[in-house]
Amino acid sequence: MSEADAGTTWAASSGVAGGTSTAVEPRRDEALPVLAITLNVNGRERRLEVDTRTSLLDTLREHLRLSGTKKGCDHGQCGACTVLVNGRRIYSCLTLAVMHEDDEIVTIEGMGEPGDLHPVQAAFVECDGFQCGYCTPGQICSAVGMLAEMDAGWPSHATADVSSPPIALSDEEIRERMSGNICRCAAYPNIVAAIRVVSEGRPG
Amino acid sequence: MIGQALDRVDGPAKVAGQATYAYEHWDDGQPLYGFVVGATIGTGRITRIDTARAERSPGVHMVMTHHDTPAQGAPDLSIPFEYWRAFPVLSRADVRHYGEPVALVVAATFEQARAAAPLVDIEYAGEAGSYDFAACRHQAYAPDSLIYGMIPTDTAVGDFDAGFDTAPVRIDERYTTPYEFSQPMEPHACLVEPHGEDLIVHVSSQIVDAARASIASTLQIDPERIHIVTPYVGGGFGSKLRIHHETILAAFAARALNRPVKVALTRQQIFHLTGVRPTSSQRVRLGAERDGRLVAIAHEVTMHTNRHEEYIEPTATTTRSLYAAPHRLTRHRLVPLDLPRGEDVRAPGEAPGLLAVESAMDELAYALEMDPVELRIRNEPELDPERGVPFSDRHLVECLRDGARRFGWESRPAQAASLREGRWMVGYGMAAAIRGHLQAPTKVAVRLQADGTAVVRSDMTDIGTGTYTILTQVAADGLGLPPDRVRVELGRSEFPVSMGSGGSWGATNSCTALHRACEALREKLLATASNDARSALHGLDPAGAAFVDGGVRIGGASETLSEIVARNHPDGVEAEGETLAMTDDPNYQDYALHSYGAHFAEVGVDADTAEIRLRRMLGVFSVGRVLNAKTARSQLIGGMIWGVGAALEEEGAVDPRSGAFVNRDLAQYLVPVHADISEVDAVVLDGFDDKANVLGAKGVGELGICGAGAAVANAVFNATGVRVRDFPITLEKVLPGLPPMDD
Repeated sequence: MSEADAGTTWAASSGVAGGTSTAVEPRRDEALPVLAITLNVNGRERRLEVDTRTSLLDTLREHLRLSGTKKGCDHGQCGACTVLVNGRRIYSCLTLAVMHEDDEIVTIEGMGEPGDLHPVQAAFVECDGFQCGYCTPGQICSAVGMLAEMDAGWPSHATADVSSPPIALSDEEIRERMSGNICRCAAYPNIVAAIRVVSEGRPG
Repeated sequence: MIGQALDRVDGPAKVAGQATYAYEHWDDGQPLYGFVVGATIGTGRITRIDTARAERSPGVHMVMTHHDTPAQGAPDLSIPFEYWRAFPVLSRADVRHYGEPVALVVAATFEQARAAAPLVDIEYAGEAGSYDFAACRHQAYAPDSLIYGMIPTDTAVGDFDAGFDTAPVRIDERYTTPYEFSQPMEPHACLVEPHGEDLIVHVSSQIVDAARASIASTLQIDPERIHIVTPYVGGGFGSKLRIHHETILAAFAARALNRPVKVALTRQQIFHLTGVRPTSSQRVRLGAERDGRLVAIAHEVTMHTNRHEEYIEPTATTTRSLYAAPHRLTRHRLVPLDLPRGEDVRAPGEAPGLLAVESAMDELAYALEMDPVELRIRNEPELDPERGVPFSDRHLVECLRDGARRFGWESRPAQAASLREGRWMVGYGMAAAIRGHLQAPTKVAVRLQADGTAVVRSDMTDIGTGTYTILTQVAADGLGLPPDRVRVELGRSEFPVSMGSGGSWGATNSCTALHRACEALREKLLATASNDARSALHGLDPAGAAFVDGGVRIGGASETLSEIVARNHPDGVEAEGETLAMTDDPNYQDYALHSYGAHFAEVGVDADTAEIRLRRMLGVFSVGRVLNAKTARSQLIGGMIWGVGAALEEEGAVDPRSGAFVNRDLAQYLVPVHADISEVDAVVLDGFDDKANVLGAKGVGELGICGAGAAVANAVFNATGVRVRDFPITLEKVLPGLPPMDD
């Protein structure tokens, strides 16, 4: 909840801009759909009150100010908001914060930081797997989740033989499994290279 | 150092989620949230707008409509680049296109603003609008104005009709290209923080100076009161060259409420509010001798424009410099529609124009039964064919030959629809690439601090182009410093003014200016040391000085930069460098400056479903000197993939009843995703264009898309024998032409 919701009001100051636009006193509404929740984000317990309509994405970005998770479309179509929930990758724009009380949420801020990058983060830098950087946290979270899915033997549309794991991590598998994350700069060949670097450097 | 494949210096921050974009600042506390309400008609006027219900909605602080916006400046049409002009919003009851903002709701939370937005009650008097380009093509007119205030819309050399009529081999075809959108991943967003009369504006923008000028002239306030901050920009591709509604609305709301307000467009709104690449119908006529030599080229383009705000995409302009032919003609015509305004989308002009012309060249090659690579080599001009001036540094033929060799072009099936691999019909295609190299006034400052580190400053932006990294390299090179002792600060209006990122000019504008700044700073340092009795370099002739490893050497004497600076300039010492406008650089009069390339693509087309799959693609480019091998390759690959999208996927579909783009999201407006893109590589030839600038470098950012789509289209023809001239090439356009299904 932001401070204004708790009852702070702001006087109209329409004269400032020289126009006539009217500021209104925000209404307090007892029926506001607010819940107190506790989220486990990057290993930390975070208590907050949220409007029940708040997506996990907006909760991370606007309430916890973990803005590394990006909003690209808010409709589950671009993948920029990908985070890990209990180790699985999800679009955080398509789920509500209040649904994740007992979940372990990992965002890009929980992966690593400059000087101590996660191997996937480091490989993205080395292989230039991004340009503008806006889809990048989502791509990286998605790649980490995807590699775990590979380890678990989950097949994909690109898997020729679903009956005999382990599945080889071919470029075709990477492309298929990463297709939920759009990169408009189109760094796709370099993202595939980065994931390959990581997978080849891993034991087993 | 210059040219090396240095990792992006902003990379660690970006991969760690620490790069903060426009919507992600809390310096002045919690901002309020603005949500834009768009018109639900295409043409007409608002007859009643009632904000009472929205204002009573929980958390709402303000609802703004055209009834209560402050006075706004009008666009000054004498400013050649429209990005600097005023951008009035909510300024009239008229609705000029679907989705045009009619109200802004400001609330304490995003959820509250979004919930209140549909509660603004609006009644419209709708009017008949024109939304169907094909049906309105007969209304095309010849624009009076120059493109970007400097390029003529029409050119003619020789006698096209006579030359074409007598040519033994003729191609006369019409190609259409659809509405396309930039769609950067970061939505267009702005956070405005009021400080008294001043506004701090965090805005996702390609050109800081244009953003400031446009805001100032719209709000009618002193530009010095506006402080733009945009260190990271999540892609632009033309759509952030100028600021749009989100910025002006956030500024109005922040001033009215005297609180920080932020506004981001939704992905759906971005389709209607941040510019569209015009749809086009292009007639291309090529007349050739039987040996392939062109005698006549005509490229006539008809495109849509918003009825009230004219935009001419320079679609036929590169055709003027591409191939030799004595008789030539280019034209641009506009069809006024009640659709959103046209704006620059990556490679404006070249992208749709080369799609048509390089498809036509492929058609000519088949008509002549000639290798399309050879056809292009045969038409290589010695001088710019329309201007008659020499090319500064043209290596198109080398790109074609080197690309053909690397790609294995010799194994191309010479006959269309002749190579089959299982259910896949396989084809090879190629196309040439050309793009003008532009230059614009830009200033960059470099400061050497007493600790021996350098700070580079400019209001230049890095929109994913690698600006932070290449400026680091140029400063390291110019001052003899390791790159980790250079810090680059960008994207603030307090810094020296640049022309930002656009037109593929950002890298060379800013690097050239920085190179000159380093030269000036070296002279200052040498003069200081030479006159300083305490310096080891005192009295020595600076002519033989070398700046290496953080120090200066003259003969056997040396001193570190930090010693010189700390002793004489404890607060640091600074110099500025500048890049001139094209109009002030005689090389732009005396030479034709372009970058070049050649694309090669292999596709498979499913013989039963006509599904088209890109199998591999290679581009070979000539861009003068490369500033960073890694970031340049990334930009070229990205551009090539845009070409793939233009050839096979991207298309805005218009509802002919309202002018709405019906597929206005990223699930229905198809852009390339991982699964669409197989092996794509780019190679850059060694080079140095001494007419371009002192660094010998030319623009890279848009070259990759130029011609790339045509290479894919030509590969589809080679695979299937089906020539689709209405882009994008989707399977329902190919399927009817395929041979009957196998038994």
